[in-house]
Amino acid sequence: MGARGPGTAREEILARIAAAAVPPARAPRPQAAIREGSTVMLAERIAEYRATVVECTDADLADVLAELLAETVHLVVPSGLPPEWLDRCSMDAVADSPKHPLTAAELDRPGTSVLTGCAVAIARTGTVVLDGGPGQGRRLLTLVPDHHICLVRPGQTVDDVPDALAALPDPARPLTFVSGPSATSDIELRRIEGVHGPRRLNVVIMGDR
Amino acid sequence: MSQAEAFPKAAEGKLADTRLRATLRGATHTIRDRRTAVVAEVGDWEDLRELGRTVKEEALADLGSLLARFEERATAAGATVHWARDAAEACRIVADLITVTEVVKVKSMATQEIGLNEALAARGVHAVETDLAELIVQLADDKPSHLLVPAIHYNRSQIRDLFDASIAAGVDDDPAALAEAARLHLRERFLTASVGVSGANFAIAETGSLVVVESEGNGRMCLTLPDTLISVVGIEKIVPRFADLGVFLRLLPRSSTGERMNPYTSIWTGVTPGDGPQAVHIVLVDNGRTRVLRDPVGRQALHCIRCSACLNVCPVYERVGGHAYGHTYSGPIGAILAPQLTGGHRSLPFASTLCGACYEVCPVKINIPEVLVHLREPPPAEQPVMGAVSAVLSRPRWYRAGLRLARWFAAMAPARRLPWPLSRWTAVRDLPRPEQETFRDWWTRTHGRT
Repeated sequence: MGARGPGTAREEILARIAAAAVPPARAPRPQAAIREGSTVMLAERIAEYRATVVECTDADLADVLAELLAETVHLVVPSGLPPEWLDRCSMDAVADSPKHPLTAAELDRPGTSVLTGCAVAIARTGTVVLDGGPGQGRRLLTLVPDHHICLVRPGQTVDDVPDALAALPDPARPLTFVSGPSATSDIELRRIEGVHGPRRLNVVIMGDR
Repeated sequence: MSQAEAFPKAAEGKLADTRLRATLRGATHTIRDRRTAVVAEVGDWEDLRELGRTVKEEALADLGSLLARFEERATAAGATVHWARDAAEACRIVADLITVTEVVKVKSMATQEIGLNEALAARGVHAVETDLAELIVQLADDKPSHLLVPAIHYNRSQIRDLFDASIAAGVDDDPAALAEAARLHLRERFLTASVGVSGANFAIAETGSLVVVESEGNGRMCLTLPDTLISVVGIEKIVPRFADLGVFLRLLPRSSTGERMNPYTSIWTGVTPGDGPQAVHIVLVDNGRTRVLRDPVGRQALHCIRCSACLNVCPVYERVGGHAYGHTYSGPIGAILAPQLTGGHRSLPFASTLCGACYEVCPVKINIPEVLVHLREPPPAEQPVMGAVSAVLSRPRWYRAGLRLARWFAAMAPARRLPWPLSRWTAVRDLPRPEQETFRDWWTRTHGRT
């Protein structure tokens, strides 16, 4: 525990800061209202990261998911996912719940896919933001499996990063911003998709109908 | 080797390495072109830079109370906050928290700065670097040479040879195959690790949250899978509000990797029951930062968000690489940060042509050339000379007399080399010869007195 009182590192560092006597500075202008984002731009920009983007409607959602899950052996879903999304899928989904949490080893089995929703999506940067809310699950769920399908519902797309931050219901939840599949540019600055996170990312963007 | 001579000596060796220069040139040009393209699509980029600078300035002006607020919020959310005056204290705090023999690590400049891996090794703990470039550097028993791409000085065939001899016998030199080899090598370690060690890109005072910006997912692995997470954070990483991330998450990826957004950004606040590490420690490190804070000109170096855009455009960095700087922080930002953090590295402020490209690209508008000049204390021997020159140049009569004297001297001694001790100056440049006729003389001769 960070000790307090005279002579502790805490007090000494705070005293050094006070001694530096940095003059006061102005705060920046406050945040504007949340701007809606274009789902067309979102789809374009996610695709540029070499994720697969599928646009669909309520009516064909179940078919789209069944197709994306064609090669899946184990399907994992977080609790709170609408059950009708899986009407057309051939396999049984295993739900992760606080009572029956899945282990990392279970999620690491070959052929595992995870299906989640998201909290908000950012058009300008091609990003989906997960906050562990209903239908999104623990961070582990969208990290260990090699295939992640993420659904963006109507009205969830905002314009840019500041809008997304303002739209999040609780910033203290664990947040993950996902912009394309895991990637590295560490070898000769050449971008390679797929290192430690899911190597296949499918984003399903649902239209407003 | 004396500190004053350190950079010129090291640079001389690096300049002779033609393979290094070719690799660096290719890499820095690739990344700077990418940056230019994604920055161009942001209409209000200049306003955004100004905003970034303003927020950082505000954070430094209120640093003490923001740190106290951060501590209070993070503690309320279940984290334990520690304070460390210097590198040794920070390393001791981290080592005392670890009871296992292996930890997984996210790439972090702060832990490199404090020499954490070495300190842990001395206590029998192996820190596994999990970022691909950091892994390359660790396997090669080398040091990183770039803030963002630590293995920028390796080409693919060098990496292949390294992997072939260590973690993946028989691997070929296709970057995708090399990345796959790293994935397989680290997978088991991630799934079994009980302690993760990270740095942080930002610490948010308002919420007590930490932010890690990354690409590969190794960061998410280290931040999510272990039971215990220890994050080492420089005190200058603090930003006042959660909304401030709206500025920095727009500036950072475009400036550093030239992407609209990096693949993964993780933000966490203390402990979340049932999700991620259940023991969360944060070590706030000073290690010279408050020393930098005292200098009204130099303190802007603390605004740095470690994007490395300044390295990629610097003509000096491009030719000598990061190792020549002799400190964790290299390139233009290293040249102003290392001397101020340590009080040493006095040759680094001279490792620049003052071309100003670093200032142009800096996402938080750090005036690096200004600080470089500020830190260039002239050597004591130069001060009387410069004083005399200044006296002559500010008096027209003295100046004209000096000019006549210089012409006479040049006619007497046509050699363009000076005797010792001034020979040290003419060893690398020709002695300029005074013009036989100045503009004023010419004007008077052809137009008469005005």
